[in-house]
Amino acid sequence: MSRPPSQSPNFSSVADVDKRLSEAGYLPDAQIATTVFLADRLGKPLLVEGPAGTGKTELAKALAAATDSELIRLQCYEGLDEARALYEWNYKKQLLRIQASQAGDGADWDSVHDDIFGDEFLLSRPLLTAIRRTDPTVLLIDETDKADVEVEGLLLEVLSDFQVTIPELGTITATRRPMVILTSNATRELSEALKRRCLYLALDYPSADREREIVLSRVPDLAPGLADQLVKTVRALRAMELKKSPSISETLDWAQTLLELGLDTLDEGAMSSTLGVVLKHASDQQRAAAELRLN
Amino acid sequence: MSAPVSRSQELGGLAGHLDGFVRAVREAGIPVGISQAVDAAEILTVIDLLEREQLRHGLAAVLLQRGAQRPAYDVLFDLWWPLSDRPAPADDSSESEEGADGGEPQQGGPRPDDAALAKAMRDELFRLLLEGDEDEIGRFARRAVDRLGSGQPSPTGQSYFSYRVMRALSPDTLVAQLLAGLLAEGDRGGLNEQVARQTVRERVEAFKNAVETEVRRRTANEKGRERVAKNAVRPLADQIDFLRAQSTDLAELRRTVAPLARRLAVRLSARRKIGRQGRLDFRKTVRASLGTGGVPVVTHHRPRKVHKPELVVLCDVSGSVAGFSHFTLMLTQALREHFTGVRAFAFVDSTDEVTRFFRPGADVADAVTRIGREAQVVAFDGHSDYGTAFEVFADKYASAIGPKTSLLVLGDGRTNYRPAAVPLLASMVRRSRSAHWLNPEPERQWGSGDSAADRYGEVIDMVECRNASQLADFITTL
Repeated sequence: MSRPPSQSPNFSSVADVDKRLSEAGYLPDAQIATTVFLADRLGKPLLVEGPAGTGKTELAKALAAATDSELIRLQCYEGLDEARALYEWNYKKQLLRIQASQAGDGADWDSVHDDIFGDEFLLSRPLLTAIRRTDPTVLLIDETDKADVEVEGLLLEVLSDFQVTIPELGTITATRRPMVILTSNATRELSEALKRRCLYLALDYPSADREREIVLSRVPDLAPGLADQLVKTVRALRAMELKKSPSISETLDWAQTLLELGLDTLDEGAMSSTLGVVLKHASDQQRAAAELRLN
Repeated sequence: MSAPVSRSQELGGLAGHLDGFVRAVREAGIPVGISQAVDAAEILTVIDLLEREQLRHGLAAVLLQRGAQRPAYDVLFDLWWPLSDRPAPADDSSESEEGADGGEPQQGGPRPDDAALAKAMRDELFRLLLEGDEDEIGRFARRAVDRLGSGQPSPTGQSYFSYRVMRALSPDTLVAQLLAGLLAEGDRGGLNEQVARQTVRERVEAFKNAVETEVRRRTANEKGRERVAKNAVRPLADQIDFLRAQSTDLAELRRTVAPLARRLAVRLSARRKIGRQGRLDFRKTVRASLGTGGVPVVTHHRPRKVHKPELVVLCDVSGSVAGFSHFTLMLTQALREHFTGVRAFAFVDSTDEVTRFFRPGADVADAVTRIGREAQVVAFDGHSDYGTAFEVFADKYASAIGPKTSLLVLGDGRTNYRPAAVPLLASMVRRSRSAHWLNPEPERQWGSGDSAADRYGEVIDMVECRNASQLADFITTL
């Protein structure tokens, strides 16, 4: 089995992952810390799957901050193709080069031909950029499930061997293996081949304790009692069958809102006036109001 | 890679143990490839084996591929790497292994007054649930199983039952007291009570799970873990039979079906291939070529007309397919949320349009009760009658089906020996653009008894759809 170029791992232990991610403002639980540690040690991409708003993208950002790496992001969408994900030839510049050669120096076809398929005319897209970088890199492939199945095939070569083949230039292999995070909302089952190459992390909403810590670390001025009440309320909301459950960032927004309004307790009045911060569908708001007896 | 080899030689038993675990995971319906098994072995070399939780999460990272597999995996992990395999810190006497302990007063001899013991433990449980420390609750659960959960010792060994623990402690009856304990005086009713209820529910659930886990661990000690593993693992959510779904499964099922419905809607509506473009837009191409010195490097195309079909869903909502009809209505609701050209019809022995109950954002359970109350789906005796239902449909709503319409029939095709009206269905199929029938019964039962599924199957594309994974397969073939 071919292994990607070896290099010293970023983290020394699971506890080290925990500590450095916490310093970067992301509080991991045991599962996240262990999986990130393994992804780093085994040099495998990490596939993070879970509902929207559980901190998948945030994890990649925190990881970049914790390892002093640059974050390169590839946002997937329906219709994403090679030219947007991998590389593209700069047609306009190539054309300019051809025309310049016709007008001026009169270089022969062979030299122009070799010239216009050089590095200078290559537009590097996120995947190629990440592979060619010599500095530490975190590559985030966001919302992989939104992209078409063909893109997964494209990712396979990049993720298993960390190399890209460009017909005119040959194969470009990573000099320094980037740390790869793929995220998915599980709206579509990703292919087996892709999953097999990745470590899998199913991310769900955090436990009450962890979410309370997150709120207190991000909104430090909030009274601990109120944070506790807030987190319990958000959990009650998530237990309902809503169209869109409140995300972690919405919990944080809510905490910030309560702080700005100077509210020191979350009672019915405060709740019904600020419900829009966490619930963004009219039908969700009605349901929450009915089930929590706000009126 | 020399390190893993030397390590596995050194820990010969460990590799075998891991192998057994991987086998059990496979048997539980989670596909684990060879390369994943190799990765699992590699995990053992980099992770601290004394940290049980790290091992749990580490193996999960390579063995699992979907979030829904996690509960089954956790059960198996607890069986293969039980807690007592290493000395627990702050262990009290009741936690030691059976057989190894001699000083366990409750085990062999006459028990102290059972009622008094149960009462004392119930009080302790109440205190623990009020405080909500999960580790404490877990330790208490182990103690509770030890003292209250054992059945009569038999020649084959001691057996343990979670229902004994639950009967003695009845945690559900503590809810009212717990609420009183968690809430201050003026907080009854309203927001705070609802929030507290949720908290209490979570904690009681955690306690029950801890008891189940402990009972499984002890049973595995007595009878071997392979036997326990076979019975302990619940089917994965996408394998649950629609017809046999329990009410507890429904929420889980809804979560699996919702994204599938979205995909189905997309498949049925936009059947255009991504990347295939329409006719050349000459003007735009020439305009763009000015940027490249008059050479048309990039061609521009007119966007293709997006095909906007109508979808007609015709679903059986009779009692015989109660579990399935809940799912079909769920599917209808999800389809309604994703495109507007959906018309839904429900039938038992008569047909009525039920589109109005599925306004986007409406609740499925709500819609089901309203259909039962307001829609004219029962004309005669409330047993399904496909013949009459199709006749009423053809009579009243013939215009619903046209050359752009996709028809989706959901039902088991059991006609109660009444006329099946197959030609009528055939003509509906002919008039529609595409037609499919999803049947919740296994294919071998089609045509048995009063089922007309085999006859319908001759005129319409009938697909067996017993669980969410089959639904997913159907959608990918569309």
